[in-house]
Amino acid sequence: MTAWLVASALGVLTACGVWLCLRARTFDVVLGLTLLSYAVNVFIFVMGRLSFEAPPIVRPGVPATLAYYADPLPQALVLTAIVIAFAMTALVLVLALKSRFVNDSDACDPVLPDAGTPAKRPPE
Amino acid sequence: MTLFALVLLPFAASLLCALQSNQSRNAVAWIAGLTALSGCALLGLVAPAIFAGDILRAGVEWFPRVTFGFRMDGLAWTFAGIILAIGALVVLYARYYLADDDPPARFFAYLLAFMGAMLGIVLADNLILLVVFWELTSLTSFLLIGFWRHRADARQGARMALTVTGAGGLCLLGGVVVLGHITGSYSLDVVLASGTTIRADPLYPVALVLVLLGAFAKSAQFPFQFWLPHAMAAPTPVSAYLHSATMVKAGVFLLARLYPALGGSELWFYLVAGTGLVTLTLGAAFAIFQQDLKGLLAYSTISHLGLITLLFGLDSPLAVVAGIFHILNHAAFKASLFMAAGIIDHETGSRDMRQLNGLWHAMPITATLAMVASSAMAGVPLLNGFLSKEMFFAETLQLDMHPVFAVVVPLVAVVAAALAVTYSVRFIHDVFFNGEPVGLTRTPHEPPRWMRIPVEILVVVCLAVGIVPALTIGPILAVAARGALGDQVPAYSLALWHGFNVPLLMSTIALAAGVALYFALQKTVNLHTIAQLPMSGKRVFDRTMRILERSGRRFIAISPDSTLPGALAWIFATSIAAMAWPLLRFGFGDAGPDVGPLGVPFAVGLLMWLLAVGGAIGVVACYRYRFVAVLLLGVTGLAVSIGFVLLSAPDLALTQLLVEIATLSLMVVVLHFLPPTSPPEPGVWWRWRDTVLALASGAGVTLIAHAVMTRPSRSISPFFLDRALPEGGGTNAVNVIIVDFRGLDTLGEIAVLGVAALLAYALLWNFRIRGPEAEAGPFGPWNPVLVRTIARTLLPLAAIVAVYLLLRGHNLPGGGFVAGLTLAVGLVFLRIAGGGRPIVDPQQLAWQSWIAGGLLMAGLTGVGSALFGYPFLTSTFLHPVLPLVGEVPLASAMFFDLGVFLTVMGGTMLATMAPGLLPDGRAGGETP
Repeated sequence: MTAWLVASALGVLTACGVWLCLRARTFDVVLGLTLLSYAVNVFIFVMGRLSFEAPPIVRPGVPATLAYYADPLPQALVLTAIVIAFAMTALVLVLALKSRFVNDSDACDPVLPDAGTPAKRPPE
Repeated sequence: MTLFALVLLPFAASLLCALQSNQSRNAVAWIAGLTALSGCALLGLVAPAIFAGDILRAGVEWFPRVTFGFRMDGLAWTFAGIILAIGALVVLYARYYLADDDPPARFFAYLLAFMGAMLGIVLADNLILLVVFWELTSLTSFLLIGFWRHRADARQGARMALTVTGAGGLCLLGGVVVLGHITGSYSLDVVLASGTTIRADPLYPVALVLVLLGAFAKSAQFPFQFWLPHAMAAPTPVSAYLHSATMVKAGVFLLARLYPALGGSELWFYLVAGTGLVTLTLGAAFAIFQQDLKGLLAYSTISHLGLITLLFGLDSPLAVVAGIFHILNHAAFKASLFMAAGIIDHETGSRDMRQLNGLWHAMPITATLAMVASSAMAGVPLLNGFLSKEMFFAETLQLDMHPVFAVVVPLVAVVAAALAVTYSVRFIHDVFFNGEPVGLTRTPHEPPRWMRIPVEILVVVCLAVGIVPALTIGPILAVAARGALGDQVPAYSLALWHGFNVPLLMSTIALAAGVALYFALQKTVNLHTIAQLPMSGKRVFDRTMRILERSGRRFIAISPDSTLPGALAWIFATSIAAMAWPLLRFGFGDAGPDVGPLGVPFAVGLLMWLLAVGGAIGVVACYRYRFVAVLLLGVTGLAVSIGFVLLSAPDLALTQLLVEIATLSLMVVVLHFLPPTSPPEPGVWWRWRDTVLALASGAGVTLIAHAVMTRPSRSISPFFLDRALPEGGGTNAVNVIIVDFRGLDTLGEIAVLGVAALLAYALLWNFRIRGPEAEAGPFGPWNPVLVRTIARTLLPLAAIVAVYLLLRGHNLPGGGFVAGLTLAVGLVFLRIAGGGRPIVDPQQLAWQSWIAGGLLMAGLTGVGSALFGYPFLTSTFLHPVLPLVGEVPLASAMFFDLGVFLTVMGGTMLATMAPGLLPDGRAGGETP
């Protein structure tokens, strides 16, 4: 039951992320990417299976097996992945920002007009 | 030690050359020459051991199964000798060949790097290492062919050579991996000893074909022969060195090297002997009709390489000996011929045989030398070429294969030998006799004294080997053959005179027929009137390249949708299909027992589920109202981090929570510069397509995730849990993995983080905008006293918590990542509360140097362990007890974690502050 709970939440996050990634505006795509990165991180994390009340902090006298501890390896992978996903989101956001002022449009493909009234760059 | 010195010395010298000025030709030539000579001296040093039959080895482990190691047996010793001895001669020659405006430092730096790479190939102890050096020779050859970079033909020739030999190198890598798979090792010793296993393996044909593709591309065998004539655009010392004596021999060297492992099968015979036979004949026939002196030599090289390949293909130990013998002989006479051709080019300004006639009067000494070398190429008695050709003839007669081959191979051998005589005679007669020079721009004369010395030495070698083979080349050939064949070296005799026998008859026929053919051709068709032959190889190559380019363009043109959503839709659809196929084909397998109950009341889990799912659906529903969407995104993020707590991942929960705050702040700031709403989208079909793709991906992820979660785990993690405390000195297994077991990964990851942050900063640096957004600034006139006061109080707290988390990270949830984020979030909050005014001038604080400092610290910690004789990033630890604080786990990994902290802190600040640069385009801009 718990497995279905986690898996279905993952599925919803993925679906929402994918749908938003297919939007035409940069900011909406970034929203989608963020949702998708939650989903991917949790997905990698659950590859180590689910464990409850068993954080991978070694306690003396407890056998070092996965019956007593959550799998630390996917956790280590995901920890760095979360931070890198943040850096990438920041980069994409800055790109979105710059793209709007360079292309005069906040669309991913600047054939679409801007959604608002864009600011103009001063002439070089 | 000697082996390492031998390979690394040329590379070091190459660097040294590259640092020299291009003014002094002598200095760099001395460096290069002394490098080659000291290499020869090192070879002399190890000669007693090699001749006694020892195999020298030296190596350090690079990564599991691959040693960075070298191995020298007789075969490697002999090849290294060719590379270094001819290298020394080529250096001397090039010193006089290079013109005043050719940059000598660049030339010799490339040449030495090539020398090192070539030595690496012949000495590599490991097949992977061999491939690395193999590709390195392709690269240096590219640089050397394109040395005169202002010339279009040089650039094209270089590109073609790189494409062909590089692609061959990739095939070779594939073949080597298959060999490694079959034998379970990449070590040369193991692979050479498991010939029987390899030949019996069903993958043997795959490995063989891939390795042969690599070898044939390198050695310009049919159908890859076409790159070599175009490589003649290189300066002549390069042609003499790379494209006759050494690099093109790498392919046949590989055949000799791997003969014990791969040879001895019918497939080997058909592929190798067949290719050799075709190349031998075609190369010789084409050589006759060249007008360019170097073109003739290039085709003749192709033909001789074909001969050597054919010998290895004949698949008898004696033929292998003959092949190695011919490699040595060919290196001597062909290098000297190239040098002679270079002298002629240098002193007359032309390489066209229609212009070069009657040079005998102008340069009698060079002419004599070239004639002797040419005769060696033709296989005239008393010269080295004669001996190996006799052995070749004898071998073609020994075939116990199909009767057709037993007749065809010797027949073709005689024909090819006759053709070789024809082009050799043409080289002599057309250049040095046959009338007077036509339309030369310079008056031909003898070259500088020292430029001729290398040619003289090589010609003397040709004569000495040809007259007294047993005294000169005998011991070297014996030791090389033993290296190639182990203890299966057959009995052979090196002598000028073996009595009247069939090979001698074949030689005589070839000599007579070749000379007759040349004069007949000159009389009937006059070779000068024949225009360039259709360069079919080049045409096919060019056409293939054009087709590749055009099909790439066409693919883009026919792609239904080249917009980002269109392209992404294709990617999503492909991934869904790629995942669905194996699942539908093979099913999910049997489920294990269901996972245990949640540690907290189920309702808590359900609540988190509702928050996460509700938030995500809310984002989709409200995505057009961006501010609302960002807030809802925060709800999902929060639920995910609480989910991590419930699923026993406290470190992840902390990180996710802090990243959430930073991301949301950044999004709100950026939203100031973007339209607040998205317009409604037209087109129903697209929405349906997106919905179907989204639902399919969601369903797929749910099924796969559930399937994995309910299957038993076979994790390697007990290893980490077991060793975390005794070897890593910490109880928090996650942190120990990050800073210790997988420290190198982390180093790479924080580097990515730093680069991304710097990129974000660089994108907006000095970027100015105008308009309402710019005037208001990202934070507007908002300046609430309450929030500011809280933020100010919060910052010191955040700093203390950050230090605490950093210190305890090795044992309890925390660590550099979390600590860096904590402090950064505190600062960002203060920044926002302060109405966007920077707390400290970011230029003074220079977050860039935090990133650099952090990376440096993490890297140096890794190097530090090397001082104590441990591998990179090995951790050592102490547990000192500090007053008040108590016991502190002071692992050297602590400093690594401090580096992580600094990088994460700097990166987060730089990335989130970047949009703050915008309002007036100045770093850390004040709001107006």
